[in-house]
Amino acid sequence: MAEAGRGASVSLTDLEKSYDRVAAVAGVSLDIRSGEFLTLLGPSGSGKTTTLMMIAGFETPTAGDIAIDAKSVVAMPPYRRNIGMVFQNYALFPHLTVAENIGFPLKQRGVAKAERAKLVSEALELVHLPGYGERYPRQLSGGQQQRVALARAIVFKPRLLLMDEPLGALDKQLRENLQLEMRRLHADLGITFIYVTHDQEEALTMSDRIAVMNEGVVAQVGRPEDLYDRPSSRFVAGFIGESNFLPAIVRGIEDDVVVAECDGALLRALCPGRPATGEKVMLTTRPERLRFTDGAWSSNAPQNRLSVTVTEAVFAGERCRYMLQAGDGTAMVLKEPSSAAIRRRAVGEQAEIAWSVADTILV
Amino acid sequence: MIMSGRDARGPKSLMPLLLAAPLLAFMLAFYALPVVTMLMRSVSDPVWSLSHYAALPDDTVFQKVFWNTLYTSVIVTVGALLLGYPVALALVRARRWAPLILILILLPFWTSVLVRSYAWMVLMGRHGLINETLLAAGLLEQPLRILNTPLATQIAMVHILLPYMILPIANALRQIDPSLARAASGLGATPWRTFRQVILPLSMPGVAAGVLLVFVLALGFYITPAMVGGPREITLSMLIAQQVDQLNWGYAATLSAILLATALTLIAACYRLPGIGTAFRMNTR
Repeated sequence: MAEAGRGASVSLTDLEKSYDRVAAVAGVSLDIRSGEFLTLLGPSGSGKTTTLMMIAGFETPTAGDIAIDAKSVVAMPPYRRNIGMVFQNYALFPHLTVAENIGFPLKQRGVAKAERAKLVSEALELVHLPGYGERYPRQLSGGQQQRVALARAIVFKPRLLLMDEPLGALDKQLRENLQLEMRRLHADLGITFIYVTHDQEEALTMSDRIAVMNEGVVAQVGRPEDLYDRPSSRFVAGFIGESNFLPAIVRGIEDDVVVAECDGALLRALCPGRPATGEKVMLTTRPERLRFTDGAWSSNAPQNRLSVTVTEAVFAGERCRYMLQAGDGTAMVLKEPSSAAIRRRAVGEQAEIAWSVADTILV
Repeated sequence: MIMSGRDARGPKSLMPLLLAAPLLAFMLAFYALPVVTMLMRSVSDPVWSLSHYAALPDDTVFQKVFWNTLYTSVIVTVGALLLGYPVALALVRARRWAPLILILILLPFWTSVLVRSYAWMVLMGRHGLINETLLAAGLLEQPLRILNTPLATQIAMVHILLPYMILPIANALRQIDPSLARAASGLGATPWRTFRQVILPLSMPGVAAGVLLVFVLALGFYITPAMVGGPREITLSMLIAQQVDQLNWGYAATLSAILLATALTLIAACYRLPGIGTAFRMNTR
């Protein structure tokens, strides 16, 4: 990171928040590096927004500590923390113009009027809304309001920017454009972004690292590809992308590969721990990494194989999607790129599928 | 599509009118008609002429009473605003205590104005609770004269009109998105600046409604100033009652017309004020 130091580092230690003895956040520890784009990803009620609100200072932790640049901020009111924040509904001041909205944080910091006008117009340039300063928020579209909220959050050059589902209310096309813009902005500013979303695709596209949250705790932290390829739990495997789950019984361990029996077949899976022989486990694999063995696909990598029956076949344009059933009744999904050269399967057909051991994870 | 939409609207547009028709007829017969007849008397009693109005510029009694009425209304409105705004804020901020605060506001509201005015007489009289307590505590040598002074009228009227100030303001405050205060705080505004720059301006529609309501009600207040006010601090409504007693119907009707015109002018002016005008529009956003 060439410009390290422009972004704040944030460190959460055993952070907890309870409402009437119900824990919303139940012990979160997380180190966010300077200049990082970190996403808190989880279903609603997982504690991701509460965690963000505690970092911003709008909620007081029941226990634990929050340190920004190694300095505890738990006792500091929000208006002294110098953090930029974009709210889900933008929270633009309806009685102020766009320019006054963006100038608001500067005014609080005693920036002189001329300087303020200069910084505001610079911020408007940055979010591609030059000349919109005299309008009122209600005269703008949702996407434009979102940009104004973003401009207001960065105009005072904070070292940390928090965003609470900022794209949630926008349509898909606009959301995808703004995702790319946020990435670009993150690269330009070099400051730390903490982003909250329940949209796994958004998280995968934008983040340097993702912290997947569930029931008030962090289930797994890692780069998007780590989370996708090596989910550490059934929850993460199911929440990020689509997964097949195969119940199996451990039969042995070879080096760092677990051999487990599933529906009479011996399957091999990667596993960080060392489960005992005879233990009931769950193997997971991604639908797009399964192949029919009599198809055009072949690989020299070690493979798992399983006999299945096709129960449903859906042609979805760019790919075909098959619902499969193994002999023990386990349902699976297989996704195959569509090609006129690949024979399409019929419902009721018997087939053998294969996938590489590296794509099989024990969770 | 457009045609069918228009067809559907035809019979529908009559519905609101039909629903309101009974009340409309009642109001016409028992309110509009008597008011108009009464006001007509200002130009028809005892003979058709504008002499009642022509005499007002030289009528020192009327002028004194008119200014006294306006003055009292201004004092009462300002008093109710200063006392009511913090209560409205507390009502909206308090979570557990909100129902209790609301009951405390509404309880006097449900009590008759007459009863409350009598209560103030008991409290403020020469041998009332306030004087007796202060005398017993040795803080006073002589009982204070509170009852039958302008101050007594102002205190009692503020008390009686407070709910009309608190409820519209609380309503406006409740409509402010709570994330705005958070956003202000996150952007570096201290609690006072958040109030001054965000909450207060956004609550202006409620303030305008409360001020208007209290001021117009205060203009026509009769029972309370008549009971606790001073003998020389006559308000317009008291003068009207006095003239009716003496069967000076034409003069009483003229004063009523002036009172009504003042109230209507104020309401119109309030909607025209630039600040409050935009505030009203913003609320309907």
